Amino acid sequence: MIVKLSVKNLRFSYNSTEVLRDLSLDVGDGQIVSIIGPNGSGKSTLIKCFDRILDPSAGEISVDRADISKMDRMELARTIAYVPQSSQRVFPNTVFDVILMGRRPYLGWHGGAMDEEKVWEVLQLLGIEYLALSAFTELSGGQQQKVLIARALVQETGVILLDEPTSNLDIWHQIDVMEIIKALVRKRDLTAIIAIHDLNIAARYSDTIVMMKKGRIIAAGKPDAVLNGENLASVYGIQASIRLFEDIPYVIPISRIPITTGR
Amino acid sequence: MVQPREPVRSPKWGSLKRTRTGKRSKIEQVYAHSIWKKILFLIVLAGILIIASAIIITLGAIPITIPEVYGVLINRFISGLYSFNIDPLIDHVVWQIRMPHIIGAIIVGFGLGVCGCVMQAVLKNPLASPFTLGISSGAQFGVSIAVVFDITILSGPYFLIGNAFLFALLCSGIILALSAMKGANPETMILVGIALNYFFQAMTEALHYVANDEQLRQMTEWGMGGFANLNWTSFMILTAVSIISVPLLYKNAWDLNLMTVGDESAKSMGVNANHIRIFVMVVASFLVASLVAFVGPIGFVGLIAPHVGRMIIGGDHRYLIPAAGMLGAVILLCADAISMTLISPIVIPLGTVMALLGVPFFLFLILKGKRREYWS
Repeated sequence: MIVKLSVKNLRFSYNSTEVLRDLSLDVGDGQIVSIIGPNGSGKSTLIKCFDRILDPSAGEISVDRADISKMDRMELARTIAYVPQSSQRVFPNTVFDVILMGRRPYLGWHGGAMDEEKVWEVLQLLGIEYLALSAFTELSGGQQQKVLIARALVQETGVILLDEPTSNLDIWHQIDVMEIIKALVRKRDLTAIIAIHDLNIAARYSDTIVMMKKGRIIAAGKPDAVLNGENLASVYGIQASIRLFEDIPYVIPISRIPITTGR
Repeated sequence: MVQPREPVRSPKWGSLKRTRTGKRSKIEQVYAHSIWKKILFLIVLAGILIIASAIIITLGAIPITIPEVYGVLINRFISGLYSFNIDPLIDHVVWQIRMPHIIGAIIVGFGLGVCGCVMQAVLKNPLASPFTLGISSGAQFGVSIAVVFDITILSGPYFLIGNAFLFALLCSGIILALSAMKGANPETMILVGIALNYFFQAMTEALHYVANDEQLRQMTEWGMGGFANLNWTSFMILTAVSIISVPLLYKNAWDLNLMTVGDESAKSMGVNANHIRIFVMVVASFLVASLVAFVGPIGFVGLIAPHVGRMIIGGDHRYLIPAAGMLGAVILLCADAISMTLISPIVIPLGTVMALLGVPFFLFLILKGKRREYWS
């Protein structure tokens, strides 16, 4: 496995609460890696540390063996792209302008014709050219997610981080977004790291699943190795039945395990 | 286990080069058209500014014919060309009273419009205006201290202006310093700004009790704002400050676009939101403090000009910043003309005119505007 992104002994604290505790991880090139875990396990925090949106208190993160803490922000933005869970909406922007923002790390203070060309290419690639002049705020959740993915694509990075890309979407759009991510990873030599809640979507689309609990990695590996009854009981505190369908494990939750000993 | 690699839906995945038929698609044409509309809007605004100035210079309490007005102007710009005798009184009215009003309205309106626009963007708040950081109440307090206790930093004709400027900057300086310590988030800035605003207002009110009638009159007069005390020297100063600050703000236009979608997203695209926020606030505070020191608190224009611009050409700051500036100039120019001429020779305070005319116009735009300006 060629390592694309490598994390060594990562620690992060919000004020004095330790959120990530001595976490190490290697992500292979061209993989889809899902990070799962209960609320507060540190999934989103971990992803934000990868892009230095949050600054870790200790540890080292490198992409293609280059230490990201030594890059300036522009360089980092050409290396790793980030798709936020939902975008803040204060003032209106057209879809085209939102995607054009992703070209920021490549130029000065003004967009050029080449950059606009790249935006049209990505719009066409995702089949959302017709939305180009719509107001971003007036799109549906699924359309917004695609626009944010498009913005990450024009950053032309090797790594793309996604923070819960399927939450708030109906099932059709969940599959649609995941199929897009999968196709992009396969065809455009990307590595995708996804923080995600939905275990079955994660199992269906990931090459590797990383399971976290309280800032630590409990298990990492192929979906059928990680998603087993024992891990689900100890990490999520649920009793579940795992069924294989076309070699993919699906989790059928049965009941919660009463919290007595603290899960 | 590895995903079964099924064929993807469409062959276009992965292709970087677009299949070009040599012709632009319909939506691309519409997009190009929308850019031209924005540029055209800026040109039209510039035209309106010139025409409005040309008309307004001929209006005033003292009846002066149009040829006389332009005779004075031509003579002033190209001395000696105009051979007729020019009445010194007419020359004085046109060159020392009317022109300063027009130029003042344009410079101040432009500056306040630009500052309102960038402050709304970095503070991510549609209610932000050049006075969000307590700049006007700080300036008012500075003026009150100068008037009541005669404590000034500059002597001579600029003693009020110097104090207004210093205290306006002091006020925004405290806010910026406090928010920088807490991580420069917009909520902190706005809350500290509002708190300081009340504080300086209270201090000014306390001074009212010790002021005599003449001092009270001076304090009130400054508080109403206007261009009556502007002269050609003040223009030199204001123009110099604007020429330095406006390009510094405009340089960040695209980064402001990025910041409106959120600090985290901005960071992920290479823009350090906190640095830009502090930089923009420092420059904008400096510009606003200078403007306010000379003309008093006429802040409403800085609140509405960016919103009017956004309703007409949308939220791209590369076009919105100049649009907000010119809209501010047009609004202030017209408001000043009305305040001077509506029931002349009585002058209605500029701030009053702006609120009486601007508020209904603004409400009309909010209710009838086609573009949904902000958020859901």
